[in-house]
Amino acid sequence: MDHFTPNKDIKAAEQCKLVREFAKKHEIEHFYDVGQMGIEHALLPEKGLVVAGEAVIGADSHTCTYGALGAFSTGVGSTDLAAAMATGKVWLKVPPAIRFNLKGELQKYVGGKDVILHIIGMIGVDGALYQSMEFGGPGLSSLSIDDRLCISNMAIEAGGKNGIFEVDDQTVEYIRQRTERPFKIYAPDEDAEYLQVYDIDLSEIRPTVALPHLPENTTPVEDLKKEIKIDQVVIGSCTNGRISDLRTAADVLVGKQVSPDVRTIIFPATQDIYKQALEEGLLKIFVEAGCAVSTPTCGPCLGGHCGILAAGERAVATTNRNFVGRMGHVDSEVYLAGPAVAAASAILGRVATPYDL
Amino acid sequence: MENKQHGKVFKYGDNVDTDVIIPARYLNTTDEEELASHCMEDIDSSFVENVQPGDIIVANKNFGCGSSREHAPIAIKAAGISCVIASSFARIFYRNAINIGLPILECEDAVKGIQPGDEIEVDFSTGDIKNLTTGKEFKAQPFPAFIQDIIESGGLIEAVKKNKL
Repeated sequence: MDHFTPNKDIKAAEQCKLVREFAKKHEIEHFYDVGQMGIEHALLPEKGLVVAGEAVIGADSHTCTYGALGAFSTGVGSTDLAAAMATGKVWLKVPPAIRFNLKGELQKYVGGKDVILHIIGMIGVDGALYQSMEFGGPGLSSLSIDDRLCISNMAIEAGGKNGIFEVDDQTVEYIRQRTERPFKIYAPDEDAEYLQVYDIDLSEIRPTVALPHLPENTTPVEDLKKEIKIDQVVIGSCTNGRISDLRTAADVLVGKQVSPDVRTIIFPATQDIYKQALEEGLLKIFVEAGCAVSTPTCGPCLGGHCGILAAGERAVATTNRNFVGRMGHVDSEVYLAGPAVAAASAILGRVATPYDL
Repeated sequence: MENKQHGKVFKYGDNVDTDVIIPARYLNTTDEEELASHCMEDIDSSFVENVQPGDIIVANKNFGCGSSREHAPIAIKAAGISCVIASSFARIFYRNAINIGLPILECEDAVKGIQPGDEIEVDFSTGDIKNLTTGKEFKAQPFPAFIQDIIESGGLIEAVKKNKL
């Protein structure tokens, strides 16, 4: 119920009605409608519905998000999903793996989004086609679970089948806080074979942006040669709508005003994140800075509703895709970034980092 | 479904994503004809008026990258396209195409040797691709039998109903 709710238009309302009636008829336990609803890939980990060691398929390409918790998870189409629901079976080819050894610690205002944009820039949008992206190493401890969910979320943007993290104490604590369900920790074999091994020093990654119209068109923001004026900023989505993202954005926006030329829309990814942001005073910071705060929805990320761009307009978005026409008109542009860059860009009216403030 | 198809080629580049195949603003319907009427409109606005039943899409690498929307292969199939040939496909699109019964073939040589507007003939059971305009021939890997079964059944739902899986 995340893509087109609150109901976008009459056609979407009819589709949502069908889902609501199906859920009621079949007494679906985990059905979350407006008021409880969250963006799926933020909601399922939050509710403890995915744990380490599980194999998960979902009818959305960003189902790969749950790799952050040490689960194998991958996106499929709705027919695949229906057949799996009916038969309890799915065919999957075991993918070869690419290893990313992480070391060092992230700098201030650099997060999981900058890491994954950096990686996609390095290997390309088909750099992991049909492959498993595996993340581990000593740098893992400096990445929060929110950072890891963001990184796994965009494995699909490199063509990956899944993006799986090694499980550590942080993962176990995250799962334990949410569910009593048993889980299983899988670790890579000592003699595991990889198609490719990359060493990534997290301390070297700078605030990064992906220019239109592919997630692989990345550059550190400070290397941009010319000023890029913007019309809209979107902070949210299954990639960056979690509480730590909102805290980062609020840290940049507190006591400041967004540019009068920039429509800044904040989408907490779930109802619980919304509530937590309310309790922590983040929503007050956003509203006082001149942002609009929305109920959770996928809305503008896919050009659905709640923030569509006109011809010639540009947005900085913490979302995951910047394809032609992704957020609206075919002649509009999306610049992908993390919440720190998005918030700083909203204030300055151009693609910028908090260091520029 | 016929094992052999022939038609005129529409050719595209790298990374044709599902947002240009069928923009999300049209995902509020599952009507195949309506989806087909917007197929490829953000990358090739004349596609819909020029496509004829049996025509074939040829593209470079990573065709169908992006979202898991099945509307993408459905729109292509309903527009009349009989087959998509690409250097490589994004994996979810690959599965979706098979599952809804849209034939696809991976063949880099064919992609290099086929130009927009060429007439080509494709045999799905052997993987043979003939460029009728230039006379050149190419060979793609045919699908394994269980996947051909799914496509010939008209997609995964029909195959499951026939207990083929």
